[in-house]
Amino acid sequence: MTELGILLCGAAGQGVQTIGSILARIALKSGLCAFAWQDNESRIRGGSNGYSVRISDTVRNAPLDEFDVLLPLDAKSRLKYLPFLKPDGVLLGGDGREGRGMAIDFASISVQKAGNQLYSNAVALGALAAVLGFDGDTVHASVSEEFAGKSADLAQKNVELALDGFHLALETCRGLCTPKVTKRNELRYLISGADACALGAWAAGCRFMAAYPMSPSTGVITALSRMENELRVFTEQAEDEIAAVNMAVGASYAGVRSMTATSGGGFALMVETLSLSGMTETPLVVVLAQRPGPATGLPTRTEQGDLLFAVHSGHGEFPKAVLAPSDAKEIFHAMARAFDLAERYQMPVIVLTDQLLMDSMYTLDDFDLGRIRNESHYANPSGIQESKRYRFTESGISPMIRPGAGPNLTCCDSDEHDEDGHITENLELRTRMVEKRLRKGKALRSEIASPELYRIFDSEIALVSWGSSRNAVAEAADQMRKRGMKAGMIHFEEVWPLPQFNFPAVPSLVSVEGNATGQLEGLVRAEYGVTFSESVRRFDGLPFDAGFILRRLAP
Amino acid sequence: MKADDFRTEAENQWCPGCPNFGILAALRAALEVLDRRPEQLCLVSGIGQAAKAPHYIRANFFNGLHGRALPVALAVCAANPDLTTVVETGDGDCYGEGGNHFLHTVRRNPDLTLIVHDNQIYGLTKGQASPTTDVGDRTRLQFGGVESEPLKPLAIALMHGCGFIARGYAGDIPHLTDMIVRAIRHRGFSLVDVVQPCISWGTHAVGWYQERLYKLSPDYDPSDLRSASEKVLEWKERIPIGVIYQSKESKACFGDRFRSETGCRKLSDLGFPSKEAVGKILEQFRV
Repeated sequence: MTELGILLCGAAGQGVQTIGSILARIALKSGLCAFAWQDNESRIRGGSNGYSVRISDTVRNAPLDEFDVLLPLDAKSRLKYLPFLKPDGVLLGGDGREGRGMAIDFASISVQKAGNQLYSNAVALGALAAVLGFDGDTVHASVSEEFAGKSADLAQKNVELALDGFHLALETCRGLCTPKVTKRNELRYLISGADACALGAWAAGCRFMAAYPMSPSTGVITALSRMENELRVFTEQAEDEIAAVNMAVGASYAGVRSMTATSGGGFALMVETLSLSGMTETPLVVVLAQRPGPATGLPTRTEQGDLLFAVHSGHGEFPKAVLAPSDAKEIFHAMARAFDLAERYQMPVIVLTDQLLMDSMYTLDDFDLGRIRNESHYANPSGIQESKRYRFTESGISPMIRPGAGPNLTCCDSDEHDEDGHITENLELRTRMVEKRLRKGKALRSEIASPELYRIFDSEIALVSWGSSRNAVAEAADQMRKRGMKAGMIHFEEVWPLPQFNFPAVPSLVSVEGNATGQLEGLVRAEYGVTFSESVRRFDGLPFDAGFILRRLAP
Repeated sequence: MKADDFRTEAENQWCPGCPNFGILAALRAALEVLDRRPEQLCLVSGIGQAAKAPHYIRANFFNGLHGRALPVALAVCAANPDLTTVVETGDGDCYGEGGNHFLHTVRRNPDLTLIVHDNQIYGLTKGQASPTTDVGDRTRLQFGGVESEPLKPLAIALMHGCGFIARGYAGDIPHLTDMIVRAIRHRGFSLVDVVQPCISWGTHAVGWYQERLYKLSPDYDPSDLRSASEKVLEWKERIPIGVIYQSKESKACFGDRFRSETGCRKLSDLGFPSKEAVGKILEQFRV
């Protein structure tokens, strides 16, 4: 086996996501890798949701577009997702009318064993695990772990029903299904983008987070709140996004690394305060988890539609940085980068992510903790002789102390101000203050990371991308190479300011973006004076997979 | 420190003779009584004439956006409870633009003092109705008179569990000083709504207020919720000043639970987690 694509589907409330994440856990416990992503409708019950798991020998954290096994929990989902099953794929469950795969009635087994249909998903999971060749002990352990912390009875029932499904499938489906996993001995991490984001922030010294719930960003504050006593991060659910971002600014002013997280609509409400952070030179980190807009758009799906919004957010002129990490490991480290830049340059930093990265489960070999370099950029209060929060300096960066840290005061103003932080209408001073703030942007720009150049050295075609699509784009480049095309990738993870580097002279540039208008393409054209020969754009709410890109570029 | 030691050199931008000067004097006097030092103070404000007050008091301050002082101040309380946090705001800033934050900050009970310079009008934008302008008052925008019922901030605060509610008058500095001192001493969210006639755009003359204002009698029991619920609604005919409500019970303040469960007082003291600590947490994700 090199890899298997499994698609679980059902109505919201049927527990598709639960068994999907247990399946990923089973795969990891069996020494394999899993990448799990979801395709949800914005509703609490009903509808038709898909949860996909890519199981492989080595780490492959990118979505697929066709599947070896389809496991539907209801008829509606079966019809919706059947087209994604490979011609030789296995349909597990259903009534057998499609004439392929195994008809197992999970619901009736649940009723028979537990008296109700609530455990249909557990039965289905057990059956699936058996069909794929996983062992019963691993199923047992994985289900128990998933329900740890819930009621003992609930955990026990789920384990029992999963094992019932497991044994039933062992008896009825033996030899019917060809895809099989091979157990290995590897220990890896399985983590969602949201958890990695939250823990990356904590590892970087974030001690305060306020947010207003909004998909797909809510997982970040949830993770910190869930682990509050262990992590000691103060979390608060704000009354709205304006309050959330102002709380983050307030805690930051008080000397604490602070952040908020939201999606496009909430970010729109925060934008005035982003400008406040720029003017008052208060460090601020905002996680912007994109979903398709405009307005409410598709709340539970993904898009890369807010790059220009993030880059241009905030009235007036002030420096800011926008980072666009590619996966769970990179967002973990991007948070440290964001807090460091925000504090060093005393400005807002936006971490631009999306539903794909937030909600997906990634397998990581390691976290590279050696990359963490935490350093405080506050001035030593005893070395400060005056209360000049906005002292003119060559770099534009003024010494910053925490209020209360010494006899000198920290006075910040959203009006144009003098060096002491007091309102001014002195227009000469105003001009100097604008120049001071913008001077910080020069050094900032010089340290922005160059894009990743993947297999570029002999490339005739380069896919230009940013953010969470990285792994799918790299995979597309690999597959294009297999088909004889000299393809590579130029992938940006620090998108604003654009890095100063020599743009490689590749004959053909193709922009690959999860939006309709080619937002990075426009920025890159203007900045580096290059031209693009083609573009692949996706804005149907689903993430890129290599197949989608290949169908466009190498049909 | 003496009240005068809290003066700054910043040029005052208020109208000459504005009752705001009375509120400023009372706050400085209160800080002398409370024996606070400038570095122990954190003044937070939004936008408007009242919100300029921090510039005229020697203290740490954050003068942020219109309506947004309370969330900033709330987070300052969470981050560093050693600072004495005071919000200086106006009726438009606090009850209008920031109305949602007012509602929810009352609920959270942070240990801060909210001083509202309530002049019942928008001054800096030149005379439009504020949330507290009385029905029928003609303004520079509501030419036919205000039609909406005025907001009753003291009643809102009382209904949502605010433990200290006072009304002061900008023209009675000793009395207002006392209100501010008691508000800052109260542990929890304290509201001081200050009657402050606007001499440039106000819909009522100073005399209108002076005819109606009266001090609560010494017999008045501010811990009695029933009488407080009558006094918070009293307006128009007679306007009470004094401590209208002060709870005898001590209620948990914003952040108390976090501080007791984590043993951490100032968030900035926590510093960075060690690599070992980070590695240990990440182990939970190893499958």
